[in-house]
Amino acid sequence: MAYAEAAPSTGKTILTDSDVHRVIDRIAHQILEKTRGAADTVLLGIPTRGVPLAHRIAERIHAFEGIRVPVGSLDVTLYRDDLRSQAPRPLGPTQLPPGGVDGKRVILVDDVLFRGRTVRAALDALRDLGRPASVQLAVLVDRGHRELPIRADYVGKNLPTAVAEQVRVLVTEVDGVDAVVISRPAPAGAAGGDRQRREAR
Amino acid sequence: MTRHLLSAADLDAAEATALLDTAAELARLTAGREVKKLPTLRGRTVVNLFYEDSTRTRISFEAAAKRLSADVINFSARGSSVAKGEGLKDTALTLQAMGADAVVVRHSASGAAHRLAGWVDGSVINAGDGTHEHPTQALLDAYTMRARLGRIAGLKVAIVGDVLHSRVARSNVLLLHTLGAHVTLVAPPTLLPVGVDAWPATTSYDLDAVLPDCDVVMMLRVQRERMDDSFFPSTREYTRRYGLDTARARRLPEHAIVMHPGPMIRGMEIAPEVADSPRSTVTEQVANGVSVRMAVLYRLLGGA
Repeated sequence: MAYAEAAPSTGKTILTDSDVHRVIDRIAHQILEKTRGAADTVLLGIPTRGVPLAHRIAERIHAFEGIRVPVGSLDVTLYRDDLRSQAPRPLGPTQLPPGGVDGKRVILVDDVLFRGRTVRAALDALRDLGRPASVQLAVLVDRGHRELPIRADYVGKNLPTAVAEQVRVLVTEVDGVDAVVISRPAPAGAAGGDRQRREAR
Repeated sequence: MTRHLLSAADLDAAEATALLDTAAELARLTAGREVKKLPTLRGRTVVNLFYEDSTRTRISFEAAAKRLSADVINFSARGSSVAKGEGLKDTALTLQAMGADAVVVRHSASGAAHRLAGWVDGSVINAGDGTHEHPTQALLDAYTMRARLGRIAGLKVAIVGDVLHSRVARSNVLLLHTLGAHVTLVAPPTLLPVGVDAWPATTSYDLDAVLPDCDVVMMLRVQRERMDDSFFPSTREYTRRYGLDTARARRLPEHAIVMHPGPMIRGMEIAPEVADSPRSTVTEQVANGVSVRMAVLYRLLGGA
């Protein structure tokens, strides 16, 4: 059920693996600071790459403060508003931690914040699963070009981009390497089109 | 997967597995949550076009479409223009004019779904055409096997009974073969179709010999309504030789499961004690049917 992956070879590396690790450490610290110790907090990663990122943030929080933050995943595919623009997508896993989300502070974790449509879909999906006390958003990269009134609470890196550019977050668990890569799109009609739409999530 | 689901042979192993995975994810997603409805197919229209009686298939498709927020129009031949003599084509064109995105069709004529697919723009899902195919039943059976036994490849499956009139048997043989299971059809010679040697399955007339080496035994109903001839001397003799009673069920390996697509005739092809035993997956099959049909609707309508 994996997406067809474009080769991660082309493009300019914006964050290397050690940069990515530092950024995750910082987000973990910021969460601890802003939530005053991350009590009653649940991290929900958005598949595919938000899930390993959520787990890593939870690991770092545990390493820093000895606190175990429950981690889950929230697939938003069935809530997307752009389903009809492409072939049916495979579903990712939705797995809430045992305590659920009712009354909790839910922090959504995703790799790239772009148009904001994924986050909107995530908020809709969350509404069907329970009633969190509050919802926050953590992203590794914010590349701008929002189409909805959405902003992140925790941002690893703000990355000014042109709309046509592609930003890819690679994580070891999925791609075998940690990095953030930016590239110009392939010429019109080439295989990059599908990838570009994925970025638009 | 193409625009339609007309035959279990339309699916290759990767597509079938993707459908089963999607169904599993949908089942997990809707289990035990307050809001079972998903917004995915909002604004889409699914027409259930049933020319033959059906309880579980129609209700199952209706529930699946509604859980995905599609609008459902139920059409049954009784009490409609069909009773006045309207043919399939004109009914199809009417549905087309109403803007149906998908038509779920059951018809007593083999090939009806295939013909319909040539007349409408929307997706056609074959919910049983005569004695030909019933692909979503095969998918839910495969799903149930995988859920109970953890795999499909390598399983030994016996399909027992009225193979001749069974669209379930044909679709199951095709799909299970695609997914790597070994199927044995067990029936009296009169209830095996002509040309069955060309099917990717072995055949046997002896149920007792097949049972000890089975992972799955699937019992089929004897379809009296399709019989205009006598295919066996008496019900009693059929049950004696091909019915799954308690004594026969004991010959099955410990882990083997007993399936039945329903409706069951208790005491004929299956003894009530066996139908209600922990081996029996009859009610699971019904529950799984909704998830599998949601997956099919999602794959056909959930994209461009």
